[in-house]
Amino acid sequence: MTMTFHCDIVSAEESMFSGLAEMIIVNGSQGELGVAYGHAPLLTDLKPGPVRVIKQGGEEEIYFLSGGFLEVQPHLVSVLADTGIRADDLDEAAAAQAVKDAEEEMLNKSGDMDLTLAATRLAQASAQLRTIDELRRRAKSGR
Amino acid sequence: MAVGREVKTKITSVKSTQKITSAMEMVAASKMRRAQERMQLGKPYAQRIRSVVGHIANAHGEYRHQYMTQKDNVKRIGLIVISTDRGLCGGLNTNLFKAAIREMKVWTEAGAEIEVCTVGNKAGTFFGSINADIVATVKDMGDKPSATDLIGSVKVMLDAFAEGRIDKLYVVGNKFVNTMNQQAEVEQLLPLDPAEDQKMSHHWDYIYEPDAKELLDGLMTRYIESQVYQSVIENKACEQAARMVAMKNATENASTLIDELELLYNKARQAAITQELSEIVSGASAV
Repeated sequence: MTMTFHCDIVSAEESMFSGLAEMIIVNGSQGELGVAYGHAPLLTDLKPGPVRVIKQGGEEEIYFLSGGFLEVQPHLVSVLADTGIRADDLDEAAAAQAVKDAEEEMLNKSGDMDLTLAATRLAQASAQLRTIDELRRRAKSGR
Repeated sequence: MAVGREVKTKITSVKSTQKITSAMEMVAASKMRRAQERMQLGKPYAQRIRSVVGHIANAHGEYRHQYMTQKDNVKRIGLIVISTDRGLCGGLNTNLFKAAIREMKVWTEAGAEIEVCTVGNKAGTFFGSINADIVATVKDMGDKPSATDLIGSVKVMLDAFAEGRIDKLYVVGNKFVNTMNQQAEVEQLLPLDPAEDQKMSHHWDYIYEPDAKELLDGLMTRYIESQVYQSVIENKACEQAARMVAMKNATENASTLIDELELLYNKARQAAITQELSEIVSGASAV
């Protein structure tokens, strides 16, 4: 019988596979590679593509990943899958968007902002009113 | 009979409010269950990546990542504050902001400047109103926040750290203790605390493909993102739980109010009847 190791394939949003495997074949950034029991510790990133897991008993399962990382320990293999497509320029764009949103929030005190600001003010004012009410009631019952 | 007309209207309005609050309670209850499930689903990734990063910290690599080096002189810190998008969830956000303000005060007194990244509409509005230095913001994530929503603003903070603009990075979010109890907590993200488990002390290192620096940069980014994402979905579960409890209380308060008002109404009606009777009797005896 082939030696097996524990294999986990997880993404930030769910756990895709967890169990014993005989071999796992992934698309590393330097090319395709297969990992079996007792592989030397290895850390590599993955290209988008299929991951084939040969489970205990020879059954095969295929998962499609849009990238991620592979960590190999002698008896444990973890695949950390990305959610969504990642690329440096996409990340850059997302970062720029976040900054822009923040700047807009800081500058744009008119328009859209007025509504939320007004809502906050309203909430504050009504909270004050409620406190006054409560105090009044307490004063009355104290008398 | 015009007696107690106002009271009657008031009762009707409280009753319709009660209907809304009890509906919101039920919606929050079902959403909470789903949010909790998502929280559980996300956990394996967070744990795995934490253990991988722990292994790396223990490995005697040729390259030490900058996120791991501690800085002595802290001049500026970054704060990621994770709030809800909507209100009506009791004191959840208030407690969170209090914790954030407390942390900010400590650092201001120590002479450090603070920049804030807000996640969720409430944090955006709040930190905008106290004129904090907001450098990035995420809004309107809905009930199913996805990791991709957070990439941008986390990158802003990581870049700030990499450039040396900030020396420490914290995340402020709610921890889900149980349905009745959520705890606002401040956690340090960067620099990473030295590895916790020191079991593997012998000299070993990974084979890095392609090379250590590139790989670790990517992995560390994912690690921080996953921690922030985990906090966000945990906060989501907290939000629904807090809303459920708040709405339950509101429904109960409405019942008490209705009881009181009904008592008042009945008393007024009784008084009116008594008055009418005594008028009739006195009228009859006068004849």
